[in-house]
Amino acid sequence: MKFQFTMGLVLSLFAAQVSAVDISGWASFEAIGFVHQGQDPDQRNNSVSFALQPEFFVELEGGKNSFLFVPFYRFDGNDKARTHADIRELKWTFIGDDEWELHVGVGKVFWGVTESLHLVDIINQTDLVENPDGEEKLGQPMINLALVKEWGTIDLFLMSGFRERTFPGKTGRFRSIPFVDTDHAIFEAKNKQAHVDWAVRYSHAFGDWDVGLYHFSGTSREPLLAPVINRNLEVVLVPIYNLIDQTSIDVQSTKGAWLLKLEAITRSGQGERFFASVSGVEYTFNGVFSTQADVGIIMEYLYDDRGNKAATPFEDDLFVGMRVAFNDTQDTDLLAGMIIDLSRHSRTFSVEANHRINDNLQASLQGQIFENTRKDVVLDALRDDDNVRLDLKYYY
Amino acid sequence: MYKLITVTALLSVFIGNAWAETDAEKGKAIAIESDRRDTGFVDFTVQMTMELINRKGVKSDRVMRQKIIEREGGDKSIVVFDFPRNVKGTALLTHSHIDDDDQWLFLPKVGRVKRISSSNKSGSFVGSEFAYEDMSSQEVEKYTDYLLLKTEPCGDLMCNVIQRRPVDEDNSGYSKQILWVDVDEYRVQTIQFFDFKKAHLKTLTFSGYQQYAGQFWRADKLAMVNHVTGKSTNLIMKDYQFKVGLKEVEFRKKSLARVR
Repeated sequence: MKFQFTMGLVLSLFAAQVSAVDISGWASFEAIGFVHQGQDPDQRNNSVSFALQPEFFVELEGGKNSFLFVPFYRFDGNDKARTHADIRELKWTFIGDDEWELHVGVGKVFWGVTESLHLVDIINQTDLVENPDGEEKLGQPMINLALVKEWGTIDLFLMSGFRERTFPGKTGRFRSIPFVDTDHAIFEAKNKQAHVDWAVRYSHAFGDWDVGLYHFSGTSREPLLAPVINRNLEVVLVPIYNLIDQTSIDVQSTKGAWLLKLEAITRSGQGERFFASVSGVEYTFNGVFSTQADVGIIMEYLYDDRGNKAATPFEDDLFVGMRVAFNDTQDTDLLAGMIIDLSRHSRTFSVEANHRINDNLQASLQGQIFENTRKDVVLDALRDDDNVRLDLKYYY
Repeated sequence: MYKLITVTALLSVFIGNAWAETDAEKGKAIAIESDRRDTGFVDFTVQMTMELINRKGVKSDRVMRQKIIEREGGDKSIVVFDFPRNVKGTALLTHSHIDDDDQWLFLPKVGRVKRISSSNKSGSFVGSEFAYEDMSSQEVEKYTDYLLLKTEPCGDLMCNVIQRRPVDEDNSGYSKQILWVDVDEYRVQTIQFFDFKKAHLKTLTFSGYQQYAGQFWRADKLAMVNHVTGKSTNLIMKDYQFKVGLKEVEFRKKSLARVR
């Protein structure tokens, strides 16, 4: 009786404060077809997979406090490593009276301006099993205090609970040869995942110029991979997570239909200090051929001064891409691109198209081709992974 | 909302002596007076539903929320999409200026805030018959060559019919616009849009005007018909709230990432 009364009181107090409750999310069916057999006989061919990502959002006191929870789960029939769950976001946000906000919990933060590679984006780990393009991220536990001033925004981050990168398993595709054994990762930090990482970022828009600068100190999101022999006497790669210091800048200038972009980093802690950058332009033609469609042309140059020793295949590469937004009622769009390695001569082609079938259902079709990868160790592992991917997402 | 009280006072005198003006001066004076009457709203929020109707009459809806804060040198606004679900949470921040606006788009899927080019004034807003320039804040200075054409009945009201031409000829989709503005309250009743071949491209009709905060008139429905394609878009406005105490800090790039 007393309990019921208390509960009732708590609930009604809560209800009085709640200004919005929102439940939404999506469920997806995905099929990937491969043109060739995997390079490694352990790799399976066509795959079918399901994923879910609900979203719960509660707003209190007209938005002063809010709470967000976004869990994620994928089941994959072919690769155990790809069947995985994650908390994409689980955070409480407090908006201060004037010029500050505080985010506590598991969050998602994106930094950067370029399209071909997100070089400066560092807060969240890549959920690589989701897609080899690296666009999907794992949730990162953090405390983020933002000071939003007239002269710019200062973001302070304290992070612990390091997330290891996900890698496709032995039977999966889009993986290194040999595969990455994530059970034996090596950490430079003595307290491993419990190490506290920090970052400070300043960002502001000066007229046409959007500028961001940051320093990050902590465990590298991008591991180096080293071959070892595991207990089953197989040669596998293990991820090595070094402690790094990375300073970075991202700039975009928006001049009419032209966008000029630059991302650059300098990192120490993984061998010698190195420098890497992505720079380029994007130009948009509006209403081409007297239709409603917009066509954007993107060109970007990717550089890494480690050259052939770089952990990524993008050390001297040119990206040329085209984005078409049809501006129709189904929001149809198409992104086609090609990355050419200027010194190693490999070529990667990719196409992605999205189309809304009805109010709830969205289809996307993706394709990738890897060509002439011989001289590029990282890409050569993907040479037989030319694929077509269909993803049907039901939004509610 | 660029203006000085003294200028307005001076113009009121001019309006009082309308006989002394040319039709060009009269046309501009009407635009200025219409703008003056809508100054001082401070801020407002509104729920919007866009009904996109194709030639066959098939409808598709967009649901969004908008909040606007009034600022010297150009208002600031945020539009957040609620429907269709796959674009839910997508938000567009606009800092308007007389020349190019500053615009940022928040993409919730990747948590990315992206500065976008605002030169695409003639482009379709989310696939509708409204162009970006139709949706943006209508400053007097964005147009030129004002001309009072005539005064004639418009429905139950009397309207001044004025013509105007976009200043930004390179990026606008229109050679000219003709507006029917009622003589009593200076509310825009109809706009006809003409393309560069001087053909009548679109007509926008405002209906269901209501007065808010004892001063500001807003239409409940904006119906845009494209005469070339046969497609149309209805923009239905609900739940206008004026002077809700929005803060400028809510209209910064950082804040965009948490607008839901």
